[in-house]
Amino acid sequence: MSTTTETPTLPSGETGRAGRRRAVQQFSDRAKAERRLGWWLAGPAFVVMLAVTAYPILQAMYDSLFSYRLTAPDERAFVGLANYGVVLTDVVWWRDLGVTLLITVVTVVVELILGFALALVMHKALKAVRGWLRTAILVPYGIITVVSAFAWFYMFDINSGFVNTWFNWVPGISPDLNWFAGTWTSLFVIMASEIWKTTPFISLLLLAGLAQVPDELTEAAEVDGATWWQRMQRVILPNMKAAIMVAVLFRALDAFRIFDNVFIMTNGAFNTEVLSLLAYRTSIGRLEIGLGSAVSVLLFVCVLLICFIAIKLFKVDLASQRGGK
Amino acid sequence: MASITLQNLVKQYGDGFPAVNDVSIDIEDGEFIILVGPSGCGKSTLLRMIVGLEDITSGDLLIDGQRVNEKAPRDRNLAMVFQNYALYPHLTVFENIAFPLRLAKGKHTEDEIRKLVTDAAKTLELTDHLERKPGNLSGGQRQRVAMGRAIVRQADAFLFDEPLSNLDAKLRGQMRSEISQMQRRLGVTSVYVTHDQTEAMTLGDRVAVLKKGILQQIASPRELYEQPVNLFVAGFIGSPSMNFLPATLEGSVLKTPIGNIPVTEDKARAAEGKSVVLVGLRPEFFEDASLVEEHKKDKGSTFTAELTHTEWLGNEQYGYINFDPDPEVRELLNSLAADMDADELRPQIVVTLDAASRIRGGRSAELWLDTRKMHLFDPETGENLTRDAEAGAALTQEANAARAEEISEAREREASTAGQPA
Amino acid sequence: MKASRTKERVTWTIISVLVLIYALFPVASILATSFKLPSDLTSGKFMPTTWTGSNYEQILVGSAQELFLSSLRNSIGIALIATFIAVVLATLCAYAIARLDFPGKKVILTTALAVSIFPVISIVTPLFNLWRNIGLYDTWPGLIIPYLSLTLPISIWTLAAFFRQIPWELEQAAQVDGATTWQAFRKAIVPLAAPGVFTTAIIAFFIAWNDFVYGISLTSTEAARPVPAALAFFTGASQFESPVGAISAAAIIVTIPIVLLVLLFQRQIVSGLTQGAVKG
Repeated sequence: MSTTTETPTLPSGETGRAGRRRAVQQFSDRAKAERRLGWWLAGPAFVVMLAVTAYPILQAMYDSLFSYRLTAPDERAFVGLANYGVVLTDVVWWRDLGVTLLITVVTVVVELILGFALALVMHKALKAVRGWLRTAILVPYGIITVVSAFAWFYMFDINSGFVNTWFNWVPGISPDLNWFAGTWTSLFVIMASEIWKTTPFISLLLLAGLAQVPDELTEAAEVDGATWWQRMQRVILPNMKAAIMVAVLFRALDAFRIFDNVFIMTNGAFNTEVLSLLAYRTSIGRLEIGLGSAVSVLLFVCVLLICFIAIKLFKVDLASQRGGK
Repeated sequence: MASITLQNLVKQYGDGFPAVNDVSIDIEDGEFIILVGPSGCGKSTLLRMIVGLEDITSGDLLIDGQRVNEKAPRDRNLAMVFQNYALYPHLTVFENIAFPLRLAKGKHTEDEIRKLVTDAAKTLELTDHLERKPGNLSGGQRQRVAMGRAIVRQADAFLFDEPLSNLDAKLRGQMRSEISQMQRRLGVTSVYVTHDQTEAMTLGDRVAVLKKGILQQIASPRELYEQPVNLFVAGFIGSPSMNFLPATLEGSVLKTPIGNIPVTEDKARAAEGKSVVLVGLRPEFFEDASLVEEHKKDKGSTFTAELTHTEWLGNEQYGYINFDPDPEVRELLNSLAADMDADELRPQIVVTLDAASRIRGGRSAELWLDTRKMHLFDPETGENLTRDAEAGAALTQEANAARAEEISEAREREASTAGQPA
Repeated sequence: MKASRTKERVTWTIISVLVLIYALFPVASILATSFKLPSDLTSGKFMPTTWTGSNYEQILVGSAQELFLSSLRNSIGIALIATFIAVVLATLCAYAIARLDFPGKKVILTTALAVSIFPVISIVTPLFNLWRNIGLYDTWPGLIIPYLSLTLPISIWTLAAFFRQIPWELEQAAQVDGATTWQAFRKAIVPLAAPGVFTTAIIAFFIAWNDFVYGISLTSTEAARPVPAALAFFTGASQFESPVGAISAAAIIVTIPIVLLVLLFQRQIVSGLTQGAVKG
């Protein structure tokens, strides 16, 4: 919001030279003061952000070059990129990467569809209901992920759950089905919890995108003879592209970091381990700081890669948008 | 109430552009001054310099003879109405109007504030809305609240920054007359920025026309209209705008693309020595020759032209004549158009005809032109070669006298109604 | 006409009920579980056969009291402090971004964006090591500092979006009305900025309250362990008793503030979440 409403257009006129110099001086003093103030105000936040992320990741990069185990700190030795070799040649890394990617893709796709349906409902809802719907879907958004994990875990658990009783009639489900003793059944519940908890956020982003498509556009299409589906496909979706892309990217990055749900439900058992859990288990569990740091750095590189692909391939304009949990 | 004096005011930004360049204006106590010009002409900057929201690069600003360049806005005791009204959304209408009074701590008792605000609300017909929030008001009502905030201040002067530009046309007309009447009733010095020339012509005692930060002319609306100093002012003031025709002088005859126009001796003398001049003709200088009374006819000249089309508006009609200017003139017209914020000036003449005229487009018709009022401009400098400064000054003098009379009448009326029991 | 009205109403009622079920069912499920007796847990039914408050008793006054109440205290304290610091820093930063002209604005916003997509687990390992060396391991500050990496970026984005919408000319209007610079800021700007700051605080609090990774990695005892991490380490009253009831009760208690905030401020939260995203 500029303080002037007029844009000066004339090149310097016949003002006295001294006057002009004074003006320039005054301006630059003022601009300098504004810059200084700007950095004084924004600086602390900036420094803190760097301190809590850039510093640790640099430290992790450094640590990853050492064979370093907290249980034997004296045996710390420089090993170059050997840790990365160990991680990348281990089948566990690739399995975990596969599981993580699977969870990411499935949850994002389901969330996108479900979230869009929810957004449509909220967009079209009568005013009286809209507030209630928003309140309702904000509950999963606000709830602690660990609580969500427990809720879903207990629902499906063979001892404390009721899902098996309720869905006894579905082929494959019986009272003695142990959901958390198999890879696919475990992943199903893990993803269900993840989807339940994060769909509201995506749907709110999509709702905001939906609200930005002018009504005249859809009305014009309706007059032109477009069916509901055609309006959706040809008018609404193309106009929401930016919002959708950003929602997808942020959710994908978020899903890629999945940790809480897996930790609570299976703790990685039955081939359900994800990369975050691998990193945690290596450095916090087994105190292998060197190896753990290598996993951390690789995870970080994966996130960068996803970002890079999204920005280069799908041209997502991150700077103008914002997401997050 | 106060006089405001602008002495050689300059506003320069960091990149060296003077947004306001050497502007001097003497605003008398109780005068209503309009700053008008196309966007980017520096009018809003100038207003903000007066109120103190914009620093003055050089020059002096005097309020009642006192230099106030360095004073903070709040110490200048001026009231300003902003384009977007600048109402505080979290305060009720009452509190919005009372805001300046509350800021002057201890100056007013609660009762005084209540009285001042309700009085102002009554004048502005806002009494029923005092407890509402600005968000629930219509555009016109918001506008009035903004004015209410100015009125309660008992400020030395009112400054308006395009206050009506966010209203629809009908409301704009209504608010215009309300502002005008209020200004007269209160007799308060006012400076009003607009790009709308109707507002400029109807509201102002004097109108200052600015272009690219430079003051072109300051005069009463009539003087601007009848005796503009240059091509820009002539083209900017008036709607439809003045027609400009390239012409060469041969003896006492101007040869123009639409025919030869005989001119009086003094006009011919003014154009002497110029190879080409621009003839400025306002649409209403023309008339359907068949409707002009005989005795008037020889005060002008008659010519034949083909109108492309006409537009009948009920009280009058517009006729359009195309002409084909040479590239140089076309260029000139285009740069003039750019100055005035218009897209392009079409090589077209607009004429105003009596509503009863039977002239229709596509046929040649006989038109009469009142040559007495026409002006000749230097195409290079834009200067008006035929301006009669004395006549112009007389017009402004008249306007000043009328203003003084109106204000004193309004004050008498005020005094007499105040004397009566409410 | 009337028929279609009724039809519409019925459709909307059905849709709304479906959405409500979707949103609240898992919560209802764990709520029901929290009222079950240990013997009732394996009933395979949704509702408890007999309602009991014993699980709540256990965590609030009983054997698990120590574990739960200390972690609740940690969670509240740490989340509030992390929120407060983030909002204060973000307010200053967003004000500068929305209001002042200085080089580096874009760098700051991009940094905030990058930090918000940063894989938390990648920072945990080095912090774990560092905190142990400098004595921040298992302390409040040891969690508050990394929490800033979660709360600060989103606060900056949300507030910058809020602040961009404030009609700053009001500040000038107030100055013309006779206010000092400080008065103009306090009377015209603060009332407008406050709701945005408040909303941002709620969102930041949600995020800090939700954290699990830092919670289990950087704490080891009741000194600083927050609720989500504590839940993962819950055991039953005795070794042979299942902790399901106690965990459920604890989960419900930590969900109550969320539900309350959502009920009271749903409109603000939604605008806060979407504003930064859409208008950025």
